[in-house]
Amino acid sequence: MSMSESTNFFSRAQGSVEVAARFAELHPPLEKTAAVIEALRCLYCFDAPCAAACPTHIDVPKFIKKIASGNLEGSARTILDANILGASCARACPVQVLCEGACVMHRYNKQPIEIGRLQRFATDALHASGAPLPFSPGADTGRRVALIGGGPASLACAAELRRRGVRAAIFDARPLPGGLNTYGIAEYKLPLAESLREIDLLAQLGVEFHFETVVDAAKLAELDASYDAVFLGMGLGGIHKLGVVGEELEGVTNALEFIAGYKSGTIHRAPARVAVIGAGNTAIDAANAAVRLGANEVHMVYRRGSEQMSAFAFEYEHAREVGVKFLWHVMPVGVVGTKQVQGLELAHLETTDDGSLVTRPGENFVLATDLIVLAIGQATHTEFLDRTPVRDGAKVRLERGRIVIDRDTGQTSNPKYFAGGDCVNGGREVVDAVADGKRAGIGIAAWLAGQRANSLEIAGGYDVNA
Amino acid sequence: MSTLETRFAGIKCLNPFWLASGPPTNCGEQIMRAFDAGWGGAVWKTIGTQVTNVSSRYSSIDWNGQKMMGLNNIELISDRPSEVNLREMTEVKRRYPKHVVIASLMVESKREAWHEMVQRAEGAGADGLELNFGCPHGMSERGMGSAVGQVPEYCEQIVGWVKETARTPVIVKLTPNISDIRLPARAAKHAGADALSAINTINSITGIDLDTLEPRPNVDGKSSHGGYCGPAVKPIALNMVQQVMSDPQAVLPMSGIGGIGSWQDAAEYILLGAGTVQVCTAVMHYGYRIVEDMGDGLLAWMRRKGYESLSDFRGLSLLRMCDWKHLNLNFKVVAHIDESKCIGCELCYTACWDGAHQCIHLDRALAAPDTMRTPAMVAEESSRRISTTPIAKLDLNGGGVQGPYVTPLERIPRVDEEHCVGCNLCSLVCPVPECITMQRVDTGLVPETWAERVAANDGTEVDSAGKCAGR
Ligand SMILES: Cc1cc2nc3c(=O)[nH]c(=O)nc-3n(C[C@H](O)[C@H](O)[C@H](O)COP(=O)(O)O)c2cc1C
Ligand code: SF4
Ligand code: SF4
Ligand code: SF4
Repeated sequence: MSMSESTNFFSRAQGSVEVAARFAELHPPLEKTAAVIEALRCLYCFDAPCAAACPTHIDVPKFIKKIASGNLEGSARTILDANILGASCARACPVQVLCEGACVMHRYNKQPIEIGRLQRFATDALHASGAPLPFSPGADTGRRVALIGGGPASLACAAELRRRGVRAAIFDARPLPGGLNTYGIAEYKLPLAESLREIDLLAQLGVEFHFETVVDAAKLAELDASYDAVFLGMGLGGIHKLGVVGEELEGVTNALEFIAGYKSGTIHRAPARVAVIGAGNTAIDAANAAVRLGANEVHMVYRRGSEQMSAFAFEYEHAREVGVKFLWHVMPVGVVGTKQVQGLELAHLETTDDGSLVTRPGENFVLATDLIVLAIGQATHTEFLDRTPVRDGAKVRLERGRIVIDRDTGQTSNPKYFAGGDCVNGGREVVDAVADGKRAGIGIAAWLAGQRANSLEIAGGYDVNA
Repeated sequence: MSTLETRFAGIKCLNPFWLASGPPTNCGEQIMRAFDAGWGGAVWKTIGTQVTNVSSRYSSIDWNGQKMMGLNNIELISDRPSEVNLREMTEVKRRYPKHVVIASLMVESKREAWHEMVQRAEGAGADGLELNFGCPHGMSERGMGSAVGQVPEYCEQIVGWVKETARTPVIVKLTPNISDIRLPARAAKHAGADALSAINTINSITGIDLDTLEPRPNVDGKSSHGGYCGPAVKPIALNMVQQVMSDPQAVLPMSGIGGIGSWQDAAEYILLGAGTVQVCTAVMHYGYRIVEDMGDGLLAWMRRKGYESLSDFRGLSLLRMCDWKHLNLNFKVVAHIDESKCIGCELCYTACWDGAHQCIHLDRALAAPDTMRTPAMVAEESSRRISTTPIAKLDLNGGGVQGPYVTPLERIPRVDEEHCVGCNLCSLVCPVPECITMQRVDTGLVPETWAERVAANDGTEVDSAGKCAGR
């Protein structure tokens, strides 16, 4: 696809009416009068703590005051200038532990400003107006960057690069862009179509997309040879396996596939009984989805107690409200069934004095279930980097499978490679990936400019690329 | 038992709350409903030669979500025939003999015209007369209203004509559209007026429609300046009331008007010497029912303060108003932040840096005080700080709140008391009640005023004009 063509990913969303009806929005949009009243409540703090807590540092009081003044155009521009995926972050962010969690109103009248919903109000207004993205690409520098993975980190990086006149080509294994933003966020928070709508806007900066392209060691070597820099934003790999007997039976899936399946229209219903293994935010999303897809008994199975679960407290509450049941201190030891899953064999766990977990022998039991959804964390997906060329004596350095970067610029130990998002941080929020991608985009453009200055010097003032 | 009953220029009043002349007093039916709601008196919508009004007539200023902070109108005096108004007035007085009905009057500047109007109004049963010398639009173009109020000689002449025939108290309603309101007030007093009321509306243009470029209110694509009233005008009105009440040549019983809507507003007017108060906009906004809390709240306050009647506190704050030159230059207060109340909004910080004296600093969490760090430097540091979504188990942002208060220490501003000039600004912007207080510091200097300093320098007598009557 050429750089100037506009995309229309939005029209390619294959939502199902049934799923849409079952996944009604958790936080409905603010009505106009309500938005203005809410905006007027904001104190307009100096060096606002809400903005500091936002990983992309959106100037929250600035965009909120613009809602109050009726300058919605300027409000959306303020948001997108800091966070090009501000529309989906407005819906997907766990605002309770981010901007809204930091709002001074907690200490005033105990009612934080509804920053997330106001942000959505402003960005929705921009989308509804049909106006173009309020930024334009920078003057072409002739430099080209390959971005591996089409998720939030790469998208944010690409936007920064384009605004600085650097060409950006995104390579993604899936048929649509957005990565987990498109395929992995609970539909009642961020519908797949909304993620695509936002990317259509971003694409106006002129981003090249290469879909259904798996980047392995060979492909990477090819890209390395033809691009001026590489951004690694491929996220994490598959979900860990249980490693127990029967895991290959029909009816064992993982949370990412399950969520991507119902979001993209390949899964329409869940069977009557579902067991989700794990207790992180993704596990909760899968359990909540199972309930909405028609399961009447959904269990979450976790090795430890509720205090140790990594899901946010409000996510746990949400799952309890929709009727998800929890089995604590148990561990799957086998999947029961012949061809199709019939049950999950569980062992009770105890914590020993030194903190390790041991099974209580002889007390195993079977939880009858029709579908087992694994959500016990994702593996890293960085092996293909092992064969990246050595440059300045350095390869892309990894630590426990994660890419090591300079946090300010996203640069890896191989100066031509930059990285951000889940493949660096091990799996955090969309907004963290956007922040990483944004810093890396700025970092890459600065590094490329430095390279050019160097080459000019070497060539005695003659621009070898001109 | 505290009471709201009072006397005003000899007129007995159930309470000091009167409806000002305007739309709430257009007709008898309205006024009777107002009396039922608790109003002690009403000044009838100005009666005179019948007029034709335009449509539309009002426009307003909203402020940060609050409707009608200020109201503007281009309405004239009553557009009903005077016979109808006066017939209804008789009926109201017959049914509500204890309530005060004042006839507001405005006629051509002719002796006979005023004589006739005064006699008809008194004949209808009015308890008093209010001469409308204030209406700033329309009527003034015809030589009436503020065209009279702005010229002390005209004012004096007409009051003189009215007093020749009036048997009831004559109240002169002053216009604020004049540089020194005391001049028409003195003229009215000189001509024998029994009381004053102030203020009428202030010349205004409230705004312009940014789509059509038509100023508001819109009359067939055009507009005309109107008269401003409502909460926004209260400070202006209070000052004018004080000016008149502190002037021995002007002082008379005063009916205070302008932006009144609560018992606090009423108390403030009375503290500056008003005998009764009049309300227009607040009733147009919320209806007659607001008078209930005006009475209830005022009585409760009076009981708390130990006042039995309005005269126990009338004018008390007038005694504390004086010219600037008599203020003590050696009195000093400095801002003090209560760290346990501060929520960390840092509004005081920007206010002091950009709008005052650069003496509030964000250096509590630093190793040493840093008074050179500017707001731009603070913002720049923040923009470069990397933050991530906290995950309970591997939180990169580090542990919770630092410092002994609920608000992180680095967000609680510090006042440099040595350089604080005590301007009050930070305490005005702070959203938290009683968080920033202005505390007196002992300068070790004896009180000295500007007047005294000048006198000492020049070796002259201290200029005592405009001195406080109290203390
Ligand atoms: C629509 C409107 C019409 C008014 N008409 C008169 C009038 O006919 N005669 C008069 O003396 N004052 C008139 N006024 C002025 C009010 O009596 C009063 O002086 C002024 O509104 C300030 O009081 P407020 O702030 O309580 O409204 C009018 C005010 C308004 C808003
Ligand atoms: S902390 Fe809350 S009140 Fe302050 S600027 Fe942010 S949203 Fe507004
Ligand atoms: S009183 Fe005025 S000068 Fe003193 S700290 Fe507050 S704003 Fe600054
Ligand atoms: S304005 Fe008040 S609450 Fe805000 S930082 Fe200053 S002292 Fe604290």
